[in-house]
Amino acid sequence: MTDATDRPDPVEGTDPAPHEAATATPARARPAATAPDRPADSRTPRVAFRDARPPSGVPVFEVGGVSVFYGDHEAVRDVNMTIENRQITAMIGPSGCGKSTMIRCFNRMNDLIPTARVTGKIRYHNEDLYGRDVDPIEVRRRIGMVFQKPNPFPKSVYDNIAYGPRVGGFKGNLDDLVEETLTHAALWDEVKAGLKRSALALSGGQQQRLCIARTIAVKPEVILMDEPCSALDPIATAKIEDLMEHLAQEFTIIVVTHNMQQAARVSHRTAFFTSDIDEAGVRHGRLVEYDETARIFSNPSDQRTEDYISGRFG
Amino acid sequence: MGSGLLDEDTAAALPEGRRLEGRGVPWRERLFQLGLWASLAVGVVFLASLLVYVVVEAWPRLDLRILTHFPDIIDPSNAGAQSAVMGTIWVIAFTALYCLPTGILTAIYLEEYADPHRWYNRVVEINIQNLAAVPSIVYGILGLGIIARGMGFGQTVLTASLTLSLLVLPTVIIAAREAIRAVPQSIREASLALGATRWQTIRRQVLPAAVPGMATGSILALSRAIGEAAPLLLLGGLAFITFNPSGLDSPFTVLPIQIFNWISQSRAEFISLASAAIVVLLVILLAMNSLAIWLRNHYSHRW
Amino acid sequence: MTGPRRRERAAAGSSGFLKRSQPRHGEKVVMVLLAAASLVSVLTTVGIVIALIPPAAEFFQKVSFGDFITGTEWSPLFKPPHFGVLPLVTATLMVTVIALLVAVPLGLGAAVYLSEYARPRVRSVFKPVLEVLAGIPTVVYGFFALKAVTPLLQDIWPGDDGPQVFNALSAGFVMGIMIIPTVASLSEDAMSAVPQDLRDGAFALGSSRMQVSTKVVFPAALSGIVAAVVLGISRAIGETMIVAVAAGGRPNLSFDPLEGMQTMTAFIAAAGIGDLPTGSTGYQTIFAVGSLLFVMTLVMNLVSIRLVRRYREVYE
Repeated sequence: MTDATDRPDPVEGTDPAPHEAATATPARARPAATAPDRPADSRTPRVAFRDARPPSGVPVFEVGGVSVFYGDHEAVRDVNMTIENRQITAMIGPSGCGKSTMIRCFNRMNDLIPTARVTGKIRYHNEDLYGRDVDPIEVRRRIGMVFQKPNPFPKSVYDNIAYGPRVGGFKGNLDDLVEETLTHAALWDEVKAGLKRSALALSGGQQQRLCIARTIAVKPEVILMDEPCSALDPIATAKIEDLMEHLAQEFTIIVVTHNMQQAARVSHRTAFFTSDIDEAGVRHGRLVEYDETARIFSNPSDQRTEDYISGRFG
Repeated sequence: MGSGLLDEDTAAALPEGRRLEGRGVPWRERLFQLGLWASLAVGVVFLASLLVYVVVEAWPRLDLRILTHFPDIIDPSNAGAQSAVMGTIWVIAFTALYCLPTGILTAIYLEEYADPHRWYNRVVEINIQNLAAVPSIVYGILGLGIIARGMGFGQTVLTASLTLSLLVLPTVIIAAREAIRAVPQSIREASLALGATRWQTIRRQVLPAAVPGMATGSILALSRAIGEAAPLLLLGGLAFITFNPSGLDSPFTVLPIQIFNWISQSRAEFISLASAAIVVLLVILLAMNSLAIWLRNHYSHRW
Repeated sequence: MTGPRRRERAAAGSSGFLKRSQPRHGEKVVMVLLAAASLVSVLTTVGIVIALIPPAAEFFQKVSFGDFITGTEWSPLFKPPHFGVLPLVTATLMVTVIALLVAVPLGLGAAVYLSEYARPRVRSVFKPVLEVLAGIPTVVYGFFALKAVTPLLQDIWPGDDGPQVFNALSAGFVMGIMIIPTVASLSEDAMSAVPQDLRDGAFALGSSRMQVSTKVVFPAALSGIVAAVVLGISRAIGETMIVAVAAGGRPNLSFDPLEGMQTMTAFIAAAGIGDLPTGSTGYQTIFAVGSLLFVMTLVMNLVSIRLVRRYREVYE
């Protein structure tokens, strides 16, 4: 029901799949946003970031029978999905459906909760993410994360960007790296005059984009975003969405969102989670449907998905 | 649906002809509030009269002699508390040296590493809470039985500072833990999500943000140690000391002990002398507290 | 610049690319160091017990525990010596009760005022006053009790037989003032932890502020308030300098607060000042009385810790 990896992916930059009567704005109806805020005289060499998206079909994560427990409580039950390279995958669903719990499994942030336990398999490029020898630090250097509330360090803008490379033992020119990263995150023009100023002085939207920039400074392959816009106003949200589309050329992005329109606007594929109550009266999060975004929003195969996206539930 | 709807509702909810003024505050309410206010006032009045009394009593002797002269049993009119002031500085400096690193490291362990569900961590936790309330004279017994006599360190600056550092260790730990806990979890998550290790996260994010709070708490803990007399009495600190400490193995006296010593004398000159020494002690404590409050206000983080 | 650091799928082909890239022994060392530091506090308790038990055990080989705990005369340095600890215990309890009579109503009143009535500005004035009260060295309190409070009591006392120069009353009163901050701040914590919803609910039903304070907040915070009082008791029992200075040094089995009497702590201090030789019976009495004191305060502390934990579990 949920697995749809054998289906070919929509071709990049073209119109959305021709589903008529879409309930929400299809994702790529807007002109493809290629670096909307990139300055014309970008002094930085752009070697690090490629422009084209490669052909898809390369799985980054393969999730098989994953359940997450907090103590004895099974918060998420039996999730199966495959996440592909350089795509934006959205995870949507009502509160308490386990989508945030699920996204935290991808870079082992759940390790930080002493009672949390993950069963089943998550493979990252065929490597068991929860294998015996796997080092969560290495995992998190490859799989970055952006959080719900902007959480810049109480340091300068510069130090926020430089932090990840520094702790990772970066031995290059930090100034260049900071500029390149901020440029890439479309934040350079806004902050270049105040790199030494406290990041806490930025606006909420700028703080969140700084957090995204901070994440890409360590050159991960995957960026996880846990409701990155839920604390922001619509204008700041739009900027983040533009940035996400731009970054998807380079990174695999998984985004949890409450906002269905957002999922529809930015994502290529959407996973719909909900929670059901078992015989014992205990609530478990479940993956209901996982498909191309256009299909989820126009022609979902599961009644619960349709109820949710048409606003009858949640 | 704006505020207009709400206004209409509120207006509609008020029954016509119904008075909202009430009958004023009943006398029981007033009496209750007066009682509460008086409970605070007693403390304030007591504090004020204590300070005034001490200063008035100390007035005849409140000059530099209290700092420049040594105790003198024969001629109190020319005595001072220099050996006690220097002794206090020596003892507190070493107390800080022993208890601050230990306390802060313990706090880091308990907040950042220890799993609170493990029995041994719970033991450590309850143990610290209990130690914080163990009478100071019991620490004196520990100092006397184990440090001074058992380990043979004698009645020295070393024994005194070790004893006092164990005494204030729980206070330092509790204050440092609060400072660490005040650093939001989101900062730790952000750092770890960037691939920082646990210790990198602590050293580069948590500790810098917690330093002002730790400093404040540490200063307050040390100011408690400065005022302590009971445990040092047991160490034989009441010996008549007319010289400044010269090292860790030196005999010593401290201000509270010297004050106690002078209070026990019956001649009026000693009472003035004791009061003057109290003023010196209170000024030192006031300075430390002001520093702590300044640190707290000046470096407090907004998140 | 970025080429070598870029974590490409190139690495993905080879198995084990998520293994630790460099050994991190430092992390382990740090953890061990931190755990070792936290052992110091445990060793402190062990040290206290080790300091107390052997000399106390030797003492109880010479003096039976029954005689110690029920004897009514305490004169360890006289000939013949008597080792009945009751006079010290009753003196301790006497002073403690007087202190609580002062500290509990005033401390709770202050806590209710600060938690339920005071505007932020008022709080910002009064809280530091309480902190200063808590920060005054106890020898200073003792001095004030002996030289100011006792003479004042003697002056205003109706009738001839006023307080003696050393007496339990002024020591207990001043000790009560000293304990106000302990009682006030802990119970204010407990009252502040009561959810605002409970207050709002009561106010919405037309309750007055006094009714909310006494009928809603106070009961809801009761375990924390009891914990504060118990901790206050523990502090009163263990306080040394005030009683050593102002309550006198004569063991006295009496229930007259106007008389001087020696508490357990004052005895320990006095014996310590005497610099008795190790192994002498006099030296061992310090540890016998100290053990009793330690056990009494330990019980109080554990009760208080348990009560605090209970209200934290309810509201946090």
